[in-house]
Amino acid sequence: MIPEIGNFSLMLALCLALIQGIVPIVGAARGNQRLMQLARPTAAGQFLFVSLAFGCLVYAFVTNDFSVAYVETNSNSTLPLHYRVAATWGGHEGSLLLWVEMLVLWMNAVALFSRQLPSAMVARVLGVMGLISVGFLSFLLFTSNPFARLLPAAINGHDLNPLLQDIGMIIHPPLLYMGYVGFSVAFSFALAALMGGQLDASWARWSRPWTLLAWMFLTLGIFVGSFWAYYELGWGGWWFWDAVENASFMPWLVGTALIHSLAVTEKRDSFKNWTVLLAIIVFSLSLLGTFLVRSGVLTSVHAFATDPRRGLFILVFLGIVIGGALMLYAWRAPQVGLGGRFSLFSRETMLLLNNVMLLAAAGTVFLGTLYPLFLDALNLGKISVGPPYFEAVFVPLMTPVLLLMAIGPFVRWKEASLKEVWLRLRWIALVAVLSGIGLALTLKFSMLMTVGITLAAWVLLATVFHVAQQLRNGAGKLLSLPRSFLGMVAAHIGIAIFVIGVTLVKGHEVVQDANMHLGDKATVGGMDFRFIDMKKIHGPNYEAAQGTFVVTRHSVEVAVMKPEKRLFTVQQMPMTEAAIDRGLTRDLYVSLGDQTSANSWVVRIQHKPFVSWIWGGCLLMALGGLLAASDRRYRLKKL
Amino acid sequence: MKSRHKRLLLIFAGLAILGVAAALVFSAFQKNLVFFFTPSQILAGQAPQGHSFRIGGMVVKNSLMRQPDGVTVSFIVTDLAQNIRVNYRGILPDLFKEGKGVVAEGRLDSDKTFIADQVLAKHDENYMPPDAAYALKQGQAANLNKYVVKTVKP
Repeated sequence: MIPEIGNFSLMLALCLALIQGIVPIVGAARGNQRLMQLARPTAAGQFLFVSLAFGCLVYAFVTNDFSVAYVETNSNSTLPLHYRVAATWGGHEGSLLLWVEMLVLWMNAVALFSRQLPSAMVARVLGVMGLISVGFLSFLLFTSNPFARLLPAAINGHDLNPLLQDIGMIIHPPLLYMGYVGFSVAFSFALAALMGGQLDASWARWSRPWTLLAWMFLTLGIFVGSFWAYYELGWGGWWFWDAVENASFMPWLVGTALIHSLAVTEKRDSFKNWTVLLAIIVFSLSLLGTFLVRSGVLTSVHAFATDPRRGLFILVFLGIVIGGALMLYAWRAPQVGLGGRFSLFSRETMLLLNNVMLLAAAGTVFLGTLYPLFLDALNLGKISVGPPYFEAVFVPLMTPVLLLMAIGPFVRWKEASLKEVWLRLRWIALVAVLSGIGLALTLKFSMLMTVGITLAAWVLLATVFHVAQQLRNGAGKLLSLPRSFLGMVAAHIGIAIFVIGVTLVKGHEVVQDANMHLGDKATVGGMDFRFIDMKKIHGPNYEAAQGTFVVTRHSVEVAVMKPEKRLFTVQQMPMTEAAIDRGLTRDLYVSLGDQTSANSWVVRIQHKPFVSWIWGGCLLMALGGLLAASDRRYRLKKL
Repeated sequence: MKSRHKRLLLIFAGLAILGVAAALVFSAFQKNLVFFFTPSQILAGQAPQGHSFRIGGMVVKNSLMRQPDGVTVSFIVTDLAQNIRVNYRGILPDLFKEGKGVVAEGRLDSDKTFIADQVLAKHDENYMPPDAAYALKQGQAANLNKYVVKTVKP
């Protein structure tokens, strides 16, 4: 009964979405207020029905309703309650429903906080979001219905993949989707502005806080995913340049370009066409990311083609959204004025370079991710593109971005003097280079280390210097500086901290695999790891072997670490549960491999310097997004 | 400088960046593309010497051997038509099992042994890595052909 209510709610939501996608846009074109005013109630109605459907699916998981096929494949009665709730978005159908739920949330947030916007603008923005909702709801209903029944009902479920049974599963997908879907707001604002022919600074000001919030969620989502992979996959990697990760990284790169380009459009009224195009690209990449990860195309291109309805729907939907948006762009963009002029050395040029390089970086990731899929789909051979490719391309492209990141904020809008900027920053440049070389020489000299630390120090020092200068110029206290400025500072410092973490982990980590007997000792990174005990333990849905390692440094105890090897009983799936001792300047990481005899195991011991700085950097970036989004000037006053 | 010249210069700068990016992609592609070969293809001499590539198939039952150091292992990968011995130093993934699919990345030794620096098995018990499944299918097809050839000849 409950699943049928959910199914019926989705149908009602689809009807409302159709009305919302057509009527207000027609109303805006004809200047008919009554038609335009339909946008808000239909959005609210959709929120009601989609949430009801979502609630029904969660309910089916909580009550172990194995007559629902989706519940049967993704849950089991022995699964703890919180994971059963999270299992709602553990598969294709449920994660699409989560996507739509997020979409109606953003939609209603826009409806709520846009009371001061011109009614035609609101009608068009909500209309475009309604159309996106039509696409996703019909995809759900016609090809991937989460409420489809399983007859006869199963006695028990197939269980959630053990790798997903983690707190990360509860928070990572919602955060990531908040980011993906959040860019639909920027997209809708862009299309609404194109339809209305009103592309100006005020449009950028309306769109900017939404874009910043979406970017913040995406940053957090990627961060949580990476953090999760680091401790859950068990072998200490934190970024694999895996297609799934790349799928979320591409919209992040272009989204970063977009928030910078929006700044130019708002402040100087230029780059308008470019900003709109970026908004379209970001959302297209978000859609691509969603489908890449969830459609099964990555598992096997050919398996994807065996369910032709889904594949066809996705291709057609992507085609309509991207093609339609680009056609509207091609039709309306030439009518948009050029905006403020600027000289060759100016803040505008700096931000333009930032944009081009971020876009080029996103393009290289796109190629590396999709090229193998294309070849495979066309039966032209099987290849894989691994981390070496991405590192070889990405590092040289990001180096100039970091170089300019420190300079950009010191360069004036419209026209600036190179000499003046150089005079201000030359000492910082010197200190940065010296610290890079110095640190690399004291640890272990390598080009990567020198360049990485120099760039990080350069960005960090220049940003701190910028703040100090603002304070000296009589801006008062730190917290009374404009939020958008503080946001930029936090995000740029976050990048610097992140780069320090990445450089030191890459350049200075120690990994050792050894076959250890009880009582054996291994020395890694100046610490002694003694393997003192091994015992069996029982979890709620797994059995595990748990080792105990005592870590000492100069005979002083540093930590006691207990890595496990678990065997999940339902799927008979083994899993490595690493033990991690976190610290500000290093993580110790111990994982159990195979058992080689009654009392010996293969053990991987790692000393990973400055990993926590990677996480800290990501959090600072997200904080920067939040600060900038909460700037005063976005709190709309009556126009 | 005239604004038209300025715009041209900016466009050139943009194109230069894209050119550099394209050159980077091209050279990185050439150096780092990893091709995939089945055991049959390798024994037929199609795999590159001295260049990293991937091999896939099924781990032969009871073929896993551990060296005295405990960390170096060796096992046989089959596509049901041909076998290749794989040597690997390190920790095998959780889902590595005899009789199951596997994909390994590394180089071919002069005596046709594969020296792996990475062994991959995917995150699901029932699910076969697509490349491994492909290798088995090719191998089966080859076996089938042999069989057909045998029966046709009286």
